[in-house]
Amino acid sequence: MFPELNNLLNTTPDRAEQGKLTLLCDAKTDGSFLVHHFLSFYLKANCKVCFVALIQSFSHYNIVGQKLGVNLTMARERGQLVFLEGLKSAVDIFFQAQEKPHPLQFLREANAGNLKPLFEFVREALKPVDSGEAGWTYPVLLVDDLSVLLSLGLGAVAVLDFIHYCRATVCWELKGNVVVLVHDSGDVEDEENDILLNGLSHQSHLILRAEGLATGFCRDVHGQLRILWRRPSQSTSQRDQSLTYQYKIQDRSVSFFAKGMSPAVL
Amino acid sequence: MAAVATCGGDAGSAGSAVATGSKSNVTSFQRRGPRASGTNDSGPRLVSITGTRPSVRNGQLLVSTGLPALDQLLGGGLAVGTVLLIEEDKYNIYSSLLFKYFLAEGIVNGHTLLVASANEDPANILQELPAPLLDDNCKKEFDEDVYNHKTPESNIKMKIAWRYQLLPKMEQIGPVSSSRFGHYYDASKRIPQELIEASKWHGFFLPEKISSTLKVEPCSLTHGYIKLLQFIQNIIYEEGFDGSNPQKKQKNILRIGIQNLGSPLWGDDICCTENGDSSHSLTKFLYVLRGLLRTSLSVCIITMPTHLIQNKAVIAHITNLSDIVVGLESFIGSERETNPLYKDYHGLIHIRQIPRLNNLVCDESDVKDLGFKLKRKLFTIELESGFASFHSAHF
Repeated sequence: MFPELNNLLNTTPDRAEQGKLTLLCDAKTDGSFLVHHFLSFYLKANCKVCFVALIQSFSHYNIVGQKLGVNLTMARERGQLVFLEGLKSAVDIFFQAQEKPHPLQFLREANAGNLKPLFEFVREALKPVDSGEAGWTYPVLLVDDLSVLLSLGLGAVAVLDFIHYCRATVCWELKGNVVVLVHDSGDVEDEENDILLNGLSHQSHLILRAEGLATGFCRDVHGQLRILWRRPSQSTSQRDQSLTYQYKIQDRSVSFFAKGMSPAVL
Repeated sequence: MAAVATCGGDAGSAGSAVATGSKSNVTSFQRRGPRASGTNDSGPRLVSITGTRPSVRNGQLLVSTGLPALDQLLGGGLAVGTVLLIEEDKYNIYSSLLFKYFLAEGIVNGHTLLVASANEDPANILQELPAPLLDDNCKKEFDEDVYNHKTPESNIKMKIAWRYQLLPKMEQIGPVSSSRFGHYYDASKRIPQELIEASKWHGFFLPEKISSTLKVEPCSLTHGYIKLLQFIQNIIYEEGFDGSNPQKKQKNILRIGIQNLGSPLWGDDICCTENGDSSHSLTKFLYVLRGLLRTSLSVCIITMPTHLIQNKAVIAHITNLSDIVVGLESFIGSERETNPLYKDYHGLIHIRQIPRLNNLVCDESDVKDLGFKLKRKLFTIELESGFASFHSAHF
């Protein structure tokens, strides 16, 4: 996790809020550093994490996690982390007929399927175990990323349904958190993606939006992060609080600064 | 293998070349990438596969694309287990040339090749590969070729400091020996037949493979894509590139080249209509391919006619599912051909995406305006500059 980002969000692993949906989105840049942040944050907060990793392999997250101070292999072994590796599962599903339903069953289906098997998997992974073992604080679902599901043929409505079910179970029933990443296609007309993004934006409590700079590539400032706190259930009489920072990604951390205050400029 | 013998390089010399070039800490020798499952990725192992080297930044295993200029822009080379997507130029001239450089590099290094095409027989593609510049007696020709472009004044001997005229006038580049990482090719000559015969390659020519019946249940992929994925998976498993076959433990790289993916010849209608029946066929194919590559010692190059794809949102999906995306834009037939600003170049090369593998940062190069030009023995990529090129670096 990035200490500077914790300061900006005003949280620490010990006293993070529960029952929240956090939406990460990136436009014209790569927002995966936010996924690494939240993964290491919740592992350090001693939460039970279910990570649906659809776009990269386990060792990718593991190697970056080690730079951020968490060991994913050990977390998986002691049961703190349930890791669904999308790429490996896709190969298994595609080449061999599966006997029992697989979370990513929709890959085999000819028509646009639904994500019910995936939801069952998540619910099974995060349900509280009564055996009295090492108590994890609260469950967390992390998905990287939802746009992959759209590109594999699922409709935006199916994905929104999945998130709705997950929120009902993880956020409301189990008092945990859900963090998802969606790519913003920007000026490209991607209707399904826009529906998904808008739908999730209205349901989220916290939106972190990583954007590339409008003026193009810069070596010292990699992008801009917009943070938006929302209260989706309450009336909109209160204005949502929003902050914007610029950031630079380094080997083991990300540094944030106010717009125009990059150390390279001052 | 005979191919390796003619190169004069072997695992030992490649390893020693790495040893002298890398940093002093031990970690740069380790291959920490997510490749080659079946082996525990806990302990560091010394990698000794020909034609590969660990990345200076994070020890990831890299192979050359066949174009040292492009290797430099991609942070040293192409990471094993990744996909390089080339967005074809309009007439598919330079993209097919990059495709051939990639395959030729595989032959020179002794890698196994897998060539897939829907319109050209892979055997013919291999016949047309450019000849590698391997021997030192080619160096003289090479120098002449470059100097021909210089003005006559540069050939006048320096009168003041006579000692200096013996030094090369520019950076010493060009083919030195064949055990280096990345080679140069003569685009006007064909690769020697004996090199092709000595190499190991598998061809997938769609019209030949499509006639057999389909055994797997349909999952909304085009028939051609299903066959290709099965073919690739079969080769990876049979020859042990993923480490799962107990008999064969490969210590070699599989170079996969897929030509014109997404074109109507593959049975895909993504270039014909905006919302066709098989609109997600290509993205599913790329996803399963990514899964195959991440768990094996292979590397893939795909050329795709993205300028023909009707639905622009699909291009965004395809970009997200590929690791490196390079776009080529040639000036042939466009107004830029006669534009004085671009007269030195044959086209523009756009690096659209570079992966962040096992890392928070990526090797993004500072410069984004890059032009390329093809000379007989050299494919150069330079900073675009209408005036004298201050930073031109001939690779």
